[in-house]
Amino acid sequence: MSLLPFFGWVQDLRVGETIRGSLWMFPALESLHLLGLAVIGGAILLVDMRLFGLGLSGQPVRSLARDVQPWLIGGILAMLLSGALLFTSEPIKCYHITAFWVKMTFLPFAIAFTFTIRRKVTMADERKIGPVWSRLVAIVSVGLWSGVGIGGRWIGFS
Amino acid sequence: MSFLGFCEWLGNTRGSVALHGSLRAYPILESTHVLALCLFLGLAVMFDLRLVGAAMRQVPVSQVAQRLLPWIVAGFAVMVITGALLFYGIPVKTYQNVFFRAKMILLFLAGLNALVFHAGIYRRVTAWDLDPRPPLAARIAGFASLVFWSLVVVAGRMIAYDWFGESA
Repeated sequence: MSLLPFFGWVQDLRVGETIRGSLWMFPALESLHLLGLAVIGGAILLVDMRLFGLGLSGQPVRSLARDVQPWLIGGILAMLLSGALLFTSEPIKCYHITAFWVKMTFLPFAIAFTFTIRRKVTMADERKIGPVWSRLVAIVSVGLWSGVGIGGRWIGFS
Repeated sequence: MSFLGFCEWLGNTRGSVALHGSLRAYPILESTHVLALCLFLGLAVMFDLRLVGAAMRQVPVSQVAQRLLPWIVAGFAVMVITGALLFYGIPVKTYQNVFFRAKMILLFLAGLNALVFHAGIYRRVTAWDLDPRPPLAARIAGFASLVFWSLVVVAGRMIAYDWFGESA
């Protein structure tokens, strides 16, 4: 089944039309999307670096993960909202861009991994997890989110 | 020679012409510049959030600074190097872009704010290291940093939109 009819339906939505017709809305959404990137990047990296024994290595993983959790969720929500709005303005174009599909493949895995396996590891007793699993989780996390980021940047070059 | 003259000379150098015309190098530089935001600005934001008392309230401020600043500085170095190369590839048009000029001014202000913070209230950090809510001067510095860097990002993104240029 092709998703093209759905993309076509989005293309005709009023919201996308409004964004397309505005000079400043698209760049404003892009800016918001970038600020969300910085917040997510910081919240993810802070904990992944700690899992690797870098950065704030004197602090328990669990308390750091808890501390940045609201910022991580807020950043992801800002990204999803600004990203969805950017998408409504050019869905058919996105449909034909490989980088868009790369990003959309990485995204659900990155989010699912973050809130299942990674969350379990960051909230667990550190002595029971061990450095190998911690590092593996950090590598997978950075890898998945990098896939989202690089795919996203590449949409603009297509 | 004026700065514009310098930019015109720079834009005609072989390296600049090659970089501008390259199909791979310029996008790779742009991507590196954008994604290094996570390392530089992401961690800087986390530090600023500690300064305003919005995150990691139980972690000593000096520990956050000592442990994160090397990474923030490394991220900033990547930003400056890739940014300088992006300018090198398209000097004249970039220099004439109003958003680029705004970004440079905002960068200066962000740097000035960091300088004032480190030379000022941070020198007495031992007195407030464990405060969940740091003193006003530190909170102002953290808040100002968040505002200036956000505006740097917005201005940077807007360089791609040459609204007021001759070609616009």
